Amino acid sequence: MRTRKALTACAGLLLAVLAAACGKDGSPPVKGPKADQLPVYQVDKGFELPDSRTWRNAKKRGYLRVGAKEDQPYLGEKDPATGVYSGFDIEIARMMSASLGFDPKTIRFKTIASANRETALQNGQIDYYVGTYTINDMRKKLVGFAGPYYMAGQGLLVRTDEDDIHGPQDLAGKTVCSAAGSTPYQRIAADYPKAKLVSYDTYSICVDNLLTFQVDVVTTDDAILLGFAAKAPDEMKVVGKPFSEEPYGIGVPRSDNALRFALNDALEANEKNGNWKKAFDATLGLSGAPAPKPPPIDRYPAN
Amino acid sequence: MTAHSAPTATVLYDIPGPHTRKRHRLYGILATFLILALIGWIVYLLFDTDQFTAAKWTPFEYKGIQELLLRGLGNTLKAFAYAAVLSLVLGAFLAVGRLSDHRPVRWVATVLVEFFRAMPVLVMIFFIFVALKVQPLPALVAGLTLYNGSVLAEVFRTGINSVERGQHEAAYALGLRKTQVTTFVLAPQAIRAMLPTIISQLVVALKDTSLGYLITYEEFLHAGKLIASNLDYDLPFIPVVMVISPIYIGMCMLLSWFATWVARRQRRNPKTEAVGVGPAQPGTLMRGGR
Amino acid sequence: MDVLTDNFSLYGKGFLGTLELTVYASILALVLGFVMASFRVAPVGSLRVLGTVWVTVLRNTPLTLLFFAVLLGLPRFGLVLPFNVFAVIALGCYTSAFICEVLRSGINTVPTGQGEAARSLGMTFGQSLGAIVLPQAFRSVIPPVGSTLIALAKNSAIAGAFSVTELLGTYKTLNELGYSIIWTFVWIAVGYLIITLAISALFHVMEKRWGVAR
Repeated sequence: MRTRKALTACAGLLLAVLAAACGKDGSPPVKGPKADQLPVYQVDKGFELPDSRTWRNAKKRGYLRVGAKEDQPYLGEKDPATGVYSGFDIEIARMMSASLGFDPKTIRFKTIASANRETALQNGQIDYYVGTYTINDMRKKLVGFAGPYYMAGQGLLVRTDEDDIHGPQDLAGKTVCSAAGSTPYQRIAADYPKAKLVSYDTYSICVDNLLTFQVDVVTTDDAILLGFAAKAPDEMKVVGKPFSEEPYGIGVPRSDNALRFALNDALEANEKNGNWKKAFDATLGLSGAPAPKPPPIDRYPAN
Repeated sequence: MTAHSAPTATVLYDIPGPHTRKRHRLYGILATFLILALIGWIVYLLFDTDQFTAAKWTPFEYKGIQELLLRGLGNTLKAFAYAAVLSLVLGAFLAVGRLSDHRPVRWVATVLVEFFRAMPVLVMIFFIFVALKVQPLPALVAGLTLYNGSVLAEVFRTGINSVERGQHEAAYALGLRKTQVTTFVLAPQAIRAMLPTIISQLVVALKDTSLGYLITYEEFLHAGKLIASNLDYDLPFIPVVMVISPIYIGMCMLLSWFATWVARRQRRNPKTEAVGVGPAQPGTLMRGGR
Repeated sequence: MDVLTDNFSLYGKGFLGTLELTVYASILALVLGFVMASFRVAPVGSLRVLGTVWVTVLRNTPLTLLFFAVLLGLPRFGLVLPFNVFAVIALGCYTSAFICEVLRSGINTVPTGQGEAARSLGMTFGQSLGAIVLPQAFRSVIPPVGSTLIALAKNSAIAGAFSVTELLGTYKTLNELGYSIIWTFVWIAVGYLIITLAISALFHVMEKRWGVAR
């Protein structure tokens, strides 16, 4: 009896492997930025930054390791099949790579969840991090920030049939989902204590919970929510005005001021030469939002 | 033991007579009907909530998705291989420590074994990952090794202690030293007898590799989640579970079945006669679960 | 050190969450495990098959996968429940498979002669089960049930990653607030030790009281 069961299991496994051996080439079609519409960045081949340890190590290695998000449509999204990252944050990372003298094609992206960003930068798992990383004073004690390169604000994502929620004042008694340890999570906990908060490591599970009625609202930066809403406009919508200012920065190791200053310069140059706007239009712009004016860069002194 | 047990009396029933058999047959038909109804209801629910639409299943036809799943499966097996080998090594070390003649060594080994067995394995993994700032794979392997190594240490120790006294008395009488007695006489017999228990513990390690999902290690479940939470594929959550759980359960069942097979072979093996433990005996404080 | 005193209510909430999960899931596991064990020793073939499938599948399912399937899968069937109820279902079903096996082997430890003697005295099925078999089986299953429930308490840590309030999950908030991460974990570990040692002690007392000397 047991033997027969095990044989059945064997056969099942074999079938699964066989099924896996034959399949359509490529990956399922996705909505999102098309590769041919993305801007091309000029690689600054002669660039040198000997003061930056991160840069020296990357030069020795030959490529940059960049931390990013993998589940934020139009911002930082990884195609599950091809493993290719795309979105506005990814474009910023590629832009920066070109300015630092590394071909953007060589970047090795690595998914880092919100709660582990500081750790990843502190222990050198990644050279810099571009993934909806809000600049604030507490984080400045742990990591350095170049930028900001984008000004987002906290918003609310609800199902399309939801008519009762127009802003954060309507959250009392509603189940609100956000990422564990994120700024939006802490703001709701502090300012709107009547909301029932739940948290996951990633926003994609929150959105999933929203569609299965486990939660009523997903809250985080409007840029992220717009990306999700754009993927399923019949099922979800973003409501109300942004109720916070979330300046997105590029996270760098805290001690590496040289890298931070170099990234600030690179950002400014790319905002001037139109690359920034092109990158926005090819990614987040697809969700219908017009390109805003980039926020002024915060060149806070080294300490 | 199985669905077709021989017609002997058990502690609960006598051998059923013709009347009882007829009654049992009636119960059987009723129960079968109820179970089939339950399965039917679940299938109906699956169809009712559109789990079998083309949009949800077509992603699996593509090579890219299949490779993603296979890569995840490979990572799962890689973590399992590391964890299994290292746990066996650590288990051997800790068992030797617990059987040492030196009191401090014995004491340290005991404290380590008891502590790691009492801690949830996830707490250790998170501690290594978050507080010691280790990469996901080594963190997962280290956590699994500490936990399973400690459990295996106890398995080894029980095995060695349960080898018949005559065996080591005879070996000592031949003039062997303690190390020799343990390595040449006790350990081979103990390991052979405890093999089923050791393999069952490795099933636990295999199952627990899925905890890597929680620390962003890109293993099988993580690959599944990436596909399941993708809005472009219409959130094929149930299809993903239907695809990955048979593979997970199949792997674990294969290993469990191997343990039972070894156990059954052992029972007929004269080489394990001197060990007084029934194989696959649950007993130590922390067994079960996991 | 001040991690604990500063965040006592946070830790307390997490501790209570874990305790609640453990208690409710234990009850579910014991009840379901009992039902499945009686299926597995039933004289009815299809019930035996159901019990066997239940045990074999659940014992070989990674608990993380089960949590994943229950917490994110069941809502798809229109079932909207609080997260900790889902967690109790997942934990309880998983552990019930282990409880079932413990109970079944407990019944098997009762010598056949006991049941035969009871029946030859004219006891009915209910009487022999209630007065002879179960009391003896109960004594021999106390220690293994205890270890299974300890394993359950430890397994409840997984629920934290699925937005259930429990002890391990508190580290996220404390990490963000900038507390010493080592001490944060020390106190989490202490919390788990309290729960597992309490279960251990409880079953120790029960064994002293009712256990069999062998």
